[in-house]
This record gives sequence, structure tokens and C-alpha cells, in this order.
Amino acid sequence: MARILSLTLNGRVRLDAVADNVLLLDYLREIAGLTGTKTGCDGGECGACTVLVDDQPRLSCLTLAAIVEGRRVDTIESLATDGRLSAVQRGFHEKLGAQCGYCTPGFIMASAGLLRRNPRPSEDEIREALGSNICRCTGYVKIIEAVQYAAELHATGISP
Amino acid sequence: MNDFVPAHNIGDYVPMIDGPEKVSGRAKYTADLVVPGALAGRIFRSPYSHAEIIEVDVSEAARLPGVKAIVTGADCDKTFGVLPIARSEHPLARQRVRYRGEPIAAVAAIDDATAKEALRRIRLTVRELPAYHTAREALAPDAVNIHEHRPHNIERDVLFELGNVEAAFAEADLVREGSYNCAEVCQNQMEMHAALAEYDVVRDRITVHASTQVPYYVHLMLAQILSMDMSRIRVVKPHVGGGFGCRTETLNVELIAALLARKAGGAVRIAVNREETFITHRGRPETDIRLKIGMRRDGRITGVECECTQRGGAHSGYGVVTILYAGSMLYAIYDLHNVKYVGKRVLTNTPPCGAFRGHGTVDIRFAFESLLDQMAREMGIDPIAVRRANLLTAPTFTDNDLMVNSYGLPECIDWVEKESNWRERRGRLHSGNGVRKGLGFACSHYISGASKPVNWTGEPHATVKIKLDFDGSIVVLSGAADIGQGSTTILAQSVAEVLGLELSRVRVVTGDSEVVPKDNGSYSSRVTFMVGNAAIDAAQNLKALLIAAAARKLEAKPGEIECLGELYRAGAQDKGLSFNEVVTEALKDSGTITVTGNYSTIPQSHGGKKYRGAAIGGTMGYSYSAQVVEVSVDEETGVVTVDKVWVAHDCGRALNRLTVEGQVQGSVWMGMGQAMSEEAAYHDGLMLTANMLDYRVPTIQDSPPIEVGVIESIDPHGPFGAKEAGEGSLAAFLPALTNAIADATGLRFNDLPVTPDRVFAALEKRARTGGKARNGG
Repeated sequence: MARILSLTLNGRVRLDAVADNVLLLDYLREIAGLTGTKTGCDGGECGACTVLVDDQPRLSCLTLAAIVEGRRVDTIESLATDGRLSAVQRGFHEKLGAQCGYCTPGFIMASAGLLRRNPRPSEDEIREALGSNICRCTGYVKIIEAVQYAAELHATGISP
Repeated sequence: MNDFVPAHNIGDYVPMIDGPEKVSGRAKYTADLVVPGALAGRIFRSPYSHAEIIEVDVSEAARLPGVKAIVTGADCDKTFGVLPIARSEHPLARQRVRYRGEPIAAVAAIDDATAKEALRRIRLTVRELPAYHTAREALAPDAVNIHEHRPHNIERDVLFELGNVEAAFAEADLVREGSYNCAEVCQNQMEMHAALAEYDVVRDRITVHASTQVPYYVHLMLAQILSMDMSRIRVVKPHVGGGFGCRTETLNVELIAALLARKAGGAVRIAVNREETFITHRGRPETDIRLKIGMRRDGRITGVECECTQRGGAHSGYGVVTILYAGSMLYAIYDLHNVKYVGKRVLTNTPPCGAFRGHGTVDIRFAFESLLDQMAREMGIDPIAVRRANLLTAPTFTDNDLMVNSYGLPECIDWVEKESNWRERRGRLHSGNGVRKGLGFACSHYISGASKPVNWTGEPHATVKIKLDFDGSIVVLSGAADIGQGSTTILAQSVAEVLGLELSRVRVVTGDSEVVPKDNGSYSSRVTFMVGNAAIDAAQNLKALLIAAAARKLEAKPGEIECLGELYRAGAQDKGLSFNEVVTEALKDSGTITVTGNYSTIPQSHGGKKYRGAAIGGTMGYSYSAQVVEVSVDEETGVVTVDKVWVAHDCGRALNRLTVEGQVQGSVWMGMGQAMSEEAAYHDGLMLTANMLDYRVPTIQDSPPIEVGVIESIDPHGPFGAKEAGEGSLAAFLPALTNAIADATGLRFNDLPVTPDRVFAALEKRARTGGKARNGG
């Protein structure tokens, strides 16, 4: 069966016809055309598909699109303001939190979710918030630095 | 005017020039490419480890509405493989399947659900054959041959003895032997394999986008498999989500997509899942090592004997090269003479292994640095002192003819010794509450690209082009494959540095065979060295043209022209010409300017001929690494925590400090995964760990701070003096970890990974036997 799904996606209200069994990940990539959200595994193993649903990090590969009815979904494509990178995006770019870049949207969304609820996280809080995201390039050292730097930028008024 | 200076970037912390795309979701990876009307491709895989194919019946699948093409082994009788001497693999199995998961058929359908349903309707009839899942089983005298042309399932035997090992052991004060086992490990890069093939029926041309490290090799193999002229093929490498070696050869995924696209007369996209990505494999083989070292009282090594057996999997792949590296790279780190090596690469009914980061060197280095540490302790010599007693004096050639010019290992050792406070802290770390702490040390090295490429054509090793036109932007054209390591950024930096321009003037075009010069690809850490040098050559050629044009305009001699990047002038009093004015003048000669830069390795770097395969290991420059690892071992649970790593890496010269640090940290951490938790496990040939939960990659919560010391030995041939930075630091982590555990607990682990189960079992055994147990020899 299908339904008309209504949600606020990256700040914009959308109505889409979506089959009941469609995952949020596939809705985003294939129906909404937002390929910034990545598929990294066969379900719930890697965190690459993390998006924010009402500001909470969520694995879009384990979420039915139907569940986000009436809710607010933010993806990596929503973070920049008038083309300017957000604090977390700048952190990952300038501190080399991203190498191949494939896990990056998931890490950035999980980090943005963290900074939205906790603008000054400790290193342990950063590790905890990113504990279900896998990166295979960085060894995570520069990811932690990226989030710490993002928190500093956020403190100057740049959105996470 | 006098204070005008050219722009510099070499040695700076330079964020990657393609970073903004990656952090904003705009970077397109192969699976992100949308072609309206593209068919969905799916692969039907063998449920058997080893079997003769009687029939692949696709008739029912073909009748399913929406199925547009089906291909089987009958559609392609050609083989592929990365080494010209060992192309044993069919994109779709013919006559025989040799591992569980090997592709047998593939379907292109209007949507993924239809393709999936079609796979369910394929009927496979086989006669099962005995299957060998370990090297020992495959080597049994009565084992059937997995490939008819490889008797006894030996892909390659290697034997060399340089010097006299027996005499060397006789003159040693201590001779010790150890046996080591390193589990098979997988690259498990974040992007799963994907290919998009578009066949143009009208023109008989094909375009293939693939997640590869080697677009040129993919081009070669597409031509071979499709029996198509290379001029009809275009290969595009979009952004690639890591590789670590599993994409350094053409994979069946891109070949199958191409076969389907041609048969369907359109576009076919295959995006395989994580399990299939694991099974496509090309990881580091399970390796058994027996190592014997002779040492004098002063710590000098007198001789080395090493036996190495690798479980290579069902196809040749890079196998011959891997087993040769394992032997040749015993050298070029310490001053060794009297070395005997016996290598055996075995074919088995498991997914094919390949070239994983640190190719061929990692497991051998683990064994060597472990035994060295053990012997140093037994002799009462500090583990660092024993390395110092065996250093090379560079420049030199090793006994197996490897050329060593720059050698920063002594400085690497000094750096980690000092930063970790080794002398004060070793043996004095506070242990208590069931937790024992320790420090471990080890070294490693790696090549900066194989001096002789596997597909030897006689061309320069690397070629870069630069285009300059009316707009004054510097467009660098290169086939170098950026897979996240930052090669595109290094290209831009190199060219900008030579021309004295800001990076903002430079654009880099890569990854499309229609536009860029051929490049061998991203493997064996060749790109910075080879392509970097070619980029410098191209930029110097461009600079010469610009200087000539400026001289003409300024009515001066070229030798009098000072190039300051944005300003060219004839002497400090001259107001000179802006860069754009020089470009306008230069274009008068020829219109659009294109220049070429080349780089070729020197013959002295090609290795020797003292044994068959002795060229493997030859490079223009070796990187060096030293590491100190600090651990806590929980004696109640067997859990080992890495508290901190100090690593120093001799990369010749850090062209980009940020990416050097990132590469070194990533290498160390990947070594940590192999050392502590990663293992490809099989049951009856079925990979049990083909997902990211069972294949345990360290999470951010398991991962230590990694402090990086950059050692710059300034290689005489390297681009600006640089050598590789992305692989050499991986191997040292493994033995540094087990040496630290030995320091903490007295237990020596010779089998990897060192899981909590293994540590706990060893602790239990020791408790039972009164302190004498040791794991794995």
C-alpha cells in the first residue's frame, strides 16, 4: 500500500506518494533526490545514513518513511546557510574530519544533533554521541578535533 | 614592489580542495549517480565453495516481465586479473565455481525488486568438488587442483638465500624461533562497490563509472572482457569512499555491469551490498609465519630465516606480488645479511585476497618486531637499543639490491622515545586494581610506489598535463585517483608551489579517461611520489613558457626574469607584468597552452635479479615509522585498552601536514583493528563476518589518541623531498601492541587478533600452570 507522506524536509514542507514499506533512506535518496545521505551497510551497522528527525540523530536505514509523517527531517543538504558551511561542516573540512567523505554526512549529522542539544560537549560526550558511526579513514582523532572546533565556532554564533 | 613574494603552500596545513563537496553532501559517489531509465543489476552467486557447473538455467528468470538482460559465464570466455602473468578469473564463473559467493549469473531489470525476483528463479545444477578452506587442506597431497594450471594449489613458491644463514646462526649468541598466525582481514572501506555502465548501441561505445582506485586497469580489463577496442571505452571514477587496496584491481562488479549494459542495450547500475562487498574481498590473506633470528650479545642480527604461507583464496589476484613483498621487505629497514626466505602462496576455496594497505609487509613485520622484542628482553637489551644496533647507513643498496637513499628511521626512533618518555616510564607504569599497564615499541617501513608498474609499457611512470587559457586559471589534468587520501590536493599544491600561485588559481580535473592522461592508479603509495614529480615537471615546463613570454614583452632575456607568482619582472626596479598579462602574451604563440610533465623512475631503483621476482620491493624511496603503544590490560576480563600511541613517520617531506597526520593516524588505527578485533571468519567457506557488526572495526569509543611526529629526511628524488605517508605506519602498530602487552603482563601473543577471549584464556592458562603459559609459540 502507499500513502501521501507529509513532512518538513530540510525546512520545506513536502508531499510525496510513498509506499508503506519504503525506508526513510530510500525515500531521501530516490524520491527526494537527496543523495548526500549515504548507504554504508546492510542495516544499522555503520551510521553513514544518520539524519536528524526533530533534531534527534536517527538511522534512516532502520526508519520507515511513514514514521516521519508530520515531523521535521534534516539531512546534510540542509546545514549550509546561504551557501556558507555550518560550524560542523567547517570543522570536518578544516580539521580533516573527512578523508574519503563517505561516512562524513552521517558523522556530521550526528555531531550537529549533539551540538543542538549540548553546545559544549566534553570529549567523552563527543565519543558517546558518535559511538555508532564507523569511519575507516581517520582513526577518529581528527573527527574529535573537528567537533571540538565546531563547538568553538558554534559559540561564536555559527549554526551547527 | 620589492616585498612582493610568491605564494607558498608546501608544508602547510592545507584542507583538502575537494573538502567542501564532501561535507555538504554534494560529492557524488558511484551509487549516487542517477541515470533516468537505468536498469537495476543484481548478481547471482555461488552457494558452493567448489563445484563443477552442470547447468545454469535462466529460462524462468528470463520470462519474468521487466527482466531486460541476463548474463552467465556463457556470455564471456575471457579472463581478467591484475597481473598479466596470472589472469585466472572470469567475470562470471564458467565450468567451475571456486568460492562461496563467486558470481555465476547476473540480471538487469526495470527495478531492483524485479531483479531480485529474477535471481530467485535462476536454477543452478552442479557436481560438488572437495573444497579447501585452509592452506593446509589445499596443500594436502591428494587435494584436487583448484586451477588446473596451478599444480598442488600453489600459486607461487618463493625461495631465496642471500648470504649464509646457517653460518650466521652459528656465530650468534642467541638464536630464537617463533611461529605466528595473522588472521585474514578486510579493507571494509565505507563505500560499498558500485558500477554504472552505459552502453551506446548507435555508436557501439560504453561508459563505465566505477568505485575504483585504478581506472586505467578497469579500462584495460573492460576491453579484454568485452572484446572491445579501447577507443570505444570511457572509464570515469567519481568520488570514491576509500579503498585501502581492495580496489587496486578491476573487480567483477564493473565488468558484470558492462556485460549487462551491452546485452540490454542501455544503462545498468549495480550497487552491491555490504555482504557482497566483503565477499568480493581482496583483503590481506591469513598468514602463517615461522621466523628464526640469530643475534649477537650486542644486539646485532646475524641472520634471519623466514617461512611464510599465505591463504590466497580462489584466484590469483595480486598473490604472486604479495608473497614476494613479504620476502623482499624483510630488507630495507635494518642492516641485514644472511637472509633465507621461503614463501608459499596457496590457492584455496575462499574469496580471493588482494593488496591490503601495507601490501605483503604487515604480517611479516609483526613477526619480526615481535621476535626482536622477545630476544632483546632475553638478552637484557632495551627494545629500542636493539633496533639502534641494526640501523642501515644510507645511502645504500641492500643485499637484495633495494635502493635506500633517505633514511629517517633513527630520527623516528628518537622522536617516539622522547615523546613517550620511554626511558623514565618503561617498567614504571602504575599497575593495580587488576589492571596492568605496559609500553611497547616497534618499527616499520613501506615503499613510495613500486618502481616498475605491473603493466610495464615503457612509458613514463606518470604523466600530468596542465592547460592554461584566456581565463588565467591553471587546469591540472591527471589520471591520479583520489580515494580520500588527498592526491587531488597534492597535485594542486605541487603545481601552485612551482608557479608561486595561490591554490585558488588552480583547478584539478581527474578521473575521466576522455579527458585526463592515463595514470596507473592509486596503489603502493605511488601517487605523491610519481604523480607529484610529474606535476612539478609540468609546472616547470609551464613556468618556462611564461618566463619566455614575459621576457619577450619586457624586452629582457629569460634568465633575467624573476617569477613571483602573480608578478613577472626583469629586476627589482621593474614594475613588471601581472600573471594575466603574461598569460595574454604567452597565448599569442600558440593559443591555448597545454604542457606535459613526466616522471620516470631510475633503473637503480628497479630491484635486482638475484632471485626470481627480486624486482618486487624496488622503489624510489622508503618511508619509515616508529611507534610506542601504551596499553592497559584488565586481568579480570582480558580486555586490552590502548591508552595512547606515539608514532613518528619519515615521509621525506610533509607536503601537507594536515593530510600527512591524517594518513598516519588512519594507518595506525587500521593496524589497531587488525591487531585487536578484525578477522574474516568462515564456516564451510561461507564468510561469517560479512557485516560490520561481526567484522569488528574499532569505534570512536575504542580508539586512542594518536600523537604524530613528522620526520623529514628530504629524499633526493622525492617531489620537494617527499615520500609516502599513507601506509608505512600501519605495520608497526601490531607488534608494538603485542610488545606492550608482553611488557604489561609477561604474556606474548603471536596470533592475531588479540581479542579479549585470547587474552583471558592466556591469563587463565598461566594462573593454572603457575606462570609459564605463552600463547601461540
